[in-house]
Amino acid sequence: MTEWSITNISRRGLLKGFGSAGSLVLAAQILPIRTLSAQETPVYGAAAMPHGTVNNPHVFLSIDPDGGVTIVSHRAEMGQGVRTGLPMIVADELEADWSRVRVVQAPGDEPKYGNQDTDGSRSTRHFMQPMREAGAAARMMLEAAAAARWSVAADEVEAKNHEVTHKPSGRKLGYGELAADASALEVPEKDKIRLKDPSQFRYIGKDMPIIDGFDITTGRALYGIDTRLEGMKYAVIIRPPVFGGKVASLDSAEAMKVPGVEKIIELEGGVEAPSKFQPLGGVAVIARNTWAAIQGRDALKVTWDNGSNGSYDSRAYRKELETTARKPALIVRDDGDVDAAFGEAATTIEAEYYMPHLAQAPMEPPAATARIVDGKCDVWACVQAPQATRVEVSERLGLPIEDVTVNQTLLGGGFGRKSKPDFVAEAALLSKAMGGAPVKVTWTREDDIRHSYYHTVSVERIEAGLDSDGKPVAWRHRSVAPTIGSIFVPDPKHEAPFELGMGFVDLPFAIPNIRCENGEAAAHTRIGWFRSVSNIPHAFAIQSFAGELAAAAGKDQKDYLLELIGPARIADLRSVDSLWNYGESLEVYPIDTGRLRRVVEVAAEKAGWGRELPPGHGLGIAAHRSFVTYVATVVEARVEEDGALSIPRVDVAVDCGAYVNPDRIRSQMEGACIYGLSLALKSEISFKDGRVEQGNFDDYEVARIDEAPREIHIHLAEQNFDIPPGGVGEPGVPPFAPALTNAIFAATGKRIRNLPIRNQLRS
Amino acid sequence: MVKLQVNGQDQQFDGDPSMPLLWYLRDELGLTGTKFGCGIAACGACTIHLDGEAVRSCVTPVSAAEGLTVTTIEGLHPDGNHPVQKAWRTLGVAQCGYCQTGQIMQAVALLNQTPEPTDEDIDATMWGNICRCGTYTRIRTAIKQAAQEA
Repeated sequence: MTEWSITNISRRGLLKGFGSAGSLVLAAQILPIRTLSAQETPVYGAAAMPHGTVNNPHVFLSIDPDGGVTIVSHRAEMGQGVRTGLPMIVADELEADWSRVRVVQAPGDEPKYGNQDTDGSRSTRHFMQPMREAGAAARMMLEAAAAARWSVAADEVEAKNHEVTHKPSGRKLGYGELAADASALEVPEKDKIRLKDPSQFRYIGKDMPIIDGFDITTGRALYGIDTRLEGMKYAVIIRPPVFGGKVASLDSAEAMKVPGVEKIIELEGGVEAPSKFQPLGGVAVIARNTWAAIQGRDALKVTWDNGSNGSYDSRAYRKELETTARKPALIVRDDGDVDAAFGEAATTIEAEYYMPHLAQAPMEPPAATARIVDGKCDVWACVQAPQATRVEVSERLGLPIEDVTVNQTLLGGGFGRKSKPDFVAEAALLSKAMGGAPVKVTWTREDDIRHSYYHTVSVERIEAGLDSDGKPVAWRHRSVAPTIGSIFVPDPKHEAPFELGMGFVDLPFAIPNIRCENGEAAAHTRIGWFRSVSNIPHAFAIQSFAGELAAAAGKDQKDYLLELIGPARIADLRSVDSLWNYGESLEVYPIDTGRLRRVVEVAAEKAGWGRELPPGHGLGIAAHRSFVTYVATVVEARVEEDGALSIPRVDVAVDCGAYVNPDRIRSQMEGACIYGLSLALKSEISFKDGRVEQGNFDDYEVARIDEAPREIHIHLAEQNFDIPPGGVGEPGVPPFAPALTNAIFAATGKRIRNLPIRNQLRS
Repeated sequence: MVKLQVNGQDQQFDGDPSMPLLWYLRDELGLTGTKFGCGIAACGACTIHLDGEAVRSCVTPVSAAEGLTVTTIEGLHPDGNHPVQKAWRTLGVAQCGYCQTGQIMQAVALLNQTPEPTDEDIDATMWGNICRCGTYTRIRTAIKQAAQEA
């Protein structure tokens, strides 16, 4: 029995007309650069996201008669701690006792909850304020209900720690006793909501254990792959090995002989770019358990029509990218007179950096379960974007969106892969083919590695003209990489503004003449988000090149980096057309070189920059602003004579503005170092004849515990509620690889320009 | 017919004896705490104890468990308070948590063999357990803390 109930807003009324709003907005962000017309006012932040934000306390919390508080978390939990962090904010403003709070996960329903796309390191940034308002509004309603019960003035009562006190008399009423009355009151208008003074925060800013800790450590936590329904069938799918391919011939006789195999279903293939979230097609084996399905799949005899990408060869493609990077290209930033400055420079230095495709490889591969009953489809899935999933399933099945429910499970890692609901659409299509029976689709690791939406492959070429002191007077950076836009619009050729703005055109260096150029690159596979996205290749190139320039000038790396950043100021980037600032306005989230300098100084100081090191050891530094957060990383690398690499220590300084759960920020930064280590050291997806050459963790290698830094120290900037919150999940990744390769250079004099490092140190 | 004991309960399985224990536990018994990660013993997410030894259930056929005892994360401790589980929670090891049941089962096996493991012992034993969230430094600390408390 719930006294303060969670309102069931009529979905039918609200959802009409929204349809694919999510993908429309997405497409708008991806279309080529354009300038707003005079009539258009730019919209930023949460308001620019599909369905914006909601702060209605009836949507986000309920209170039982016994005082138990239930808080709804509407963002996907994939390890970043958001299912703890956002409810902490609500509970804090509500003055709730955390031990009496329970958290439930919202299904996909953006008109009700506001935006649910859990990507772009946005959850706290966009929902700290609405969650504060929801909690504070409910607190005010509880106070008003108590004042009415006692017939006293509103200012004589105060809600604190799960009860309301009448201050003059000391009378108290628990939240449970007031819930029914409070729930019936009007929700205060936004401008009447009294937020707590941050000095009074009970939970925000304090280390709080994650709410799922017990379930995770006892095996009770449920992920997408763990769904079990009565009568459920188990499916695995063999998909076209080349993007865009389809079945040419199928012989399923042997597969049908496998005990437990019940049905073989061909799925439409031959998808064409831009394929968006379409399933790839192939052949599904439906069985009584996963093992039978896998064995049945192994017994299928399929030949493929590979379509137009059957010749994709990533080694040849790299040459194409390099050729493009050596020619003038589309100018996307042009400060000063770069050509003249190069003409006058004393010396010129240039370097090219390469990063291959990568797969996100979350430990839980994609998995989803669907069931259709009476024309209504329910899915259970580990998705980062439950609303986009809902849209995709409704379109694939031809059902009205209100007849599709997406039940959000925990995610066993996401890293961008699970932003794309192709795997959920597969489950829905198979359930339909099975007359609505519940079907779970499990991706094997091979499926995950071979059918991802891959991190882009890139060549970054930077040239600098130096004066006689070794100081750069001209900077030309060409970035060439197929764009994520290629999954949304036909052959976009150039990086989208949101990719260019990820540490490329927003370069905050104090150099008078800067030109950024973007070469054309066609996509021959599905390109997608990968934790930190284009910041990774951009930061790797720029921060490595900064190290190269320091070495050429015979200067200390850290001092030279600070010189490049220049004095503390708000960087003026008005010369960049349609500058992408992570969707935020530059007024609220300026590019503040003072904050960037500060993380460099803190990381260096904490790491003991300049200290005496044993032979074979070196320190490297890199700093990068991404997702409106500033991170600097110092790596201590040790390279033995045979080239064996180890990392005794890492120091990370992070300034993410106001923050909620510091322990989860530290854990995200620690994890970002390991994610960065994997891509720096070992991981590569390559293509031959259109097919991915890797298939599992034996050949798509990722960092293991013996390669992990022995110590990682996170230095979080002091809490400051005057600075709006920045991202946390992604910004730790970009500086890691260049800090490591700069450290390797310091240790050995060997410069790594191609990732992964793999055995380059062994030569 | 394969007879085995799972978390203290006798079980019989008359299906395909070559089915990996992983899928038997998950699909037939509903013990979903044991996770699928790779299917080739390359990631450790599926780690269970077979007669007290850590094994990769994704490549161990049910037939190999004939007459033996299987312990999964669900059966590790009646209240979920094994010293390793407690250390994992105290130190906030888990991020997404998906690989952690396998990590915990491997760590318990390590401590059973080597009550006071060195960094090298931890590397040698935990090497096979991948965590994409990157919780390795906390795993190392938590194993040492559990060793102190055990």
